[in-house]
Amino acid sequence: MDTNLVACDSLAVHLGKRQVLHDITLSVKAGEIVTLIGPNGSGKTTLFKALIGAVPLSSGVINKSSELNIGYVPQKLHIDETLPITVKRFLNLPGGHSKTVISNALIQAGVPNLENRQVMDLSGGQFQRVLLARALLGAPNLLLLDEPTQGLDHRGAAEFYRQIAGIRESTGCGIVMISHELHVVMRQTDRVICLNGHICCQGEPQSVSDSPEYQTLFGLDSDNEAALYLHQNHHQYVHTGNSLNA
Amino acid sequence: MLDDFLVRATLASVGVALAAAPLGCFVIWRRMAYFGDSTAHAAVLGVALSLMLSAPLFVCVLGVCLLMAMTVSSLSGKGFAMDTLLGVMAHSSLAFGLVAVSFLSGIRIDLMSYLFGDILALGKTDLAVIWAGVLMVIGLVTLRWSGLLLSTLNPDLAHASGFNPKRERFILTLALAIVVAVAIKVVGVLLIAAMLIVPAATARPFSKTPEMMAIVAAALGATASLLGLRASYVLDSPTGPTIVSISALLFILVNVLLKVIPAFSLNASPSSDQST
Repeated sequence: MDTNLVACDSLAVHLGKRQVLHDITLSVKAGEIVTLIGPNGSGKTTLFKALIGAVPLSSGVINKSSELNIGYVPQKLHIDETLPITVKRFLNLPGGHSKTVISNALIQAGVPNLENRQVMDLSGGQFQRVLLARALLGAPNLLLLDEPTQGLDHRGAAEFYRQIAGIRESTGCGIVMISHELHVVMRQTDRVICLNGHICCQGEPQSVSDSPEYQTLFGLDSDNEAALYLHQNHHQYVHTGNSLNA
Repeated sequence: MLDDFLVRATLASVGVALAAAPLGCFVIWRRMAYFGDSTAHAAVLGVALSLMLSAPLFVCVLGVCLLMAMTVSSLSGKGFAMDTLLGVMAHSSLAFGLVAVSFLSGIRIDLMSYLFGDILALGKTDLAVIWAGVLMVIGLVTLRWSGLLLSTLNPDLAHASGFNPKRERFILTLALAIVVAVAIKVVGVLLIAAMLIVPAATARPFSKTPEMMAIVAAALGATASLLGLRASYVLDSPTGPTIVSISALLFILVNVLLKVIPAFSLNASPSSDQST
């Protein structure tokens, strides 16, 4: 339990000429739930992409444990309505999983018996869970979840996080997730990393939400309910204006 | 048997349909219809090069199509939108091609056959080149099916499963260029995109899985080729356009039937109104 599944050392990533991430040093252990939080454009998704090897590093290293097996749930996956695909086929792509493995993954993700449904007929919540089931298929020891509760209401989100906690219990895997809802994930997360191009602050959920760095970043007082409200507003207005060199 | 021009025409058009239709599914899923059309337009420059250099048509068209596809891919997102670039590249290569061809004497009549195809004039060598291209495309798409499909669904999921979406995209571009290069004599540059898109679009409501859609599209494409060839013989109409017309009629027929008898569809939801 005390060995790192993955450890980044002084990571930097450029997308084009823009520096998106710099000086990222962090590690994740098995059985740990880590939440990444930060404003739009702060490099959260890019960090995930660096971890799965989808974007090149401009400096730094990622040390991966030899047993590391990543299950990845991408952000906002849109399946074009012109592409017919059943849940079963979507899960079994590129293939090699038996019927039992697929139906168990769906049960584990909380959406049993969806195999023969068309993916585009699923509700938002069902689809998020099917994506989770897909990530669970390869029996991963590290789950990366990019805003897994997007489009879910608060109750749905809370249920989803309970499911995640249950998966950690039963499989002992490490989990890193990106979330905007710090007050909702708080109870289910061990550690919060606040990201804005670099790591602003990290630690236990309560200490991060009380920290001046976190409050400066989101421009709010220490009240968590107000925090959420203001943060959502922040979303609507600020799209490209975030300075990355904070 | 191959001495009969009708047999050669049948084999050629069925071959092109079998390669184009499954590839057309990807063109539809990735919303690349305009990309396919533009690649085909650029082929005219390839025709001009081939005539000027007396080089093989297949090689010249393939080269020009690949060059255009690469340029568009590498420039898109760098200050130009994809469709702007395609519009500029496709029509300028079409224009340059037409101007270049006009400088060559004695081939003014030939040009029509490249724009609309001249399937009845195919020789045995043409047929061999077409089928070599057809088998290459079917082979590429079959072998790379999982990677192509996963990259189409989501590039990051493809990465996570060990595929490189950029390589898959190149394979698709290559397959597209090959189809254009072999279809040019069958239906001509102006109608190649129809061979890609129409059968795939017709197949969509019958399909529950991507594989099924590709197979149904291939069957529909081949059927349209056979019926079109027959119709053009009876009506004495140009063959390429007749094949595409039959294909379009099938599309209309299927969609009208679907409106009248919803149970005609095997798929629970051909329309988007149930998606969330």
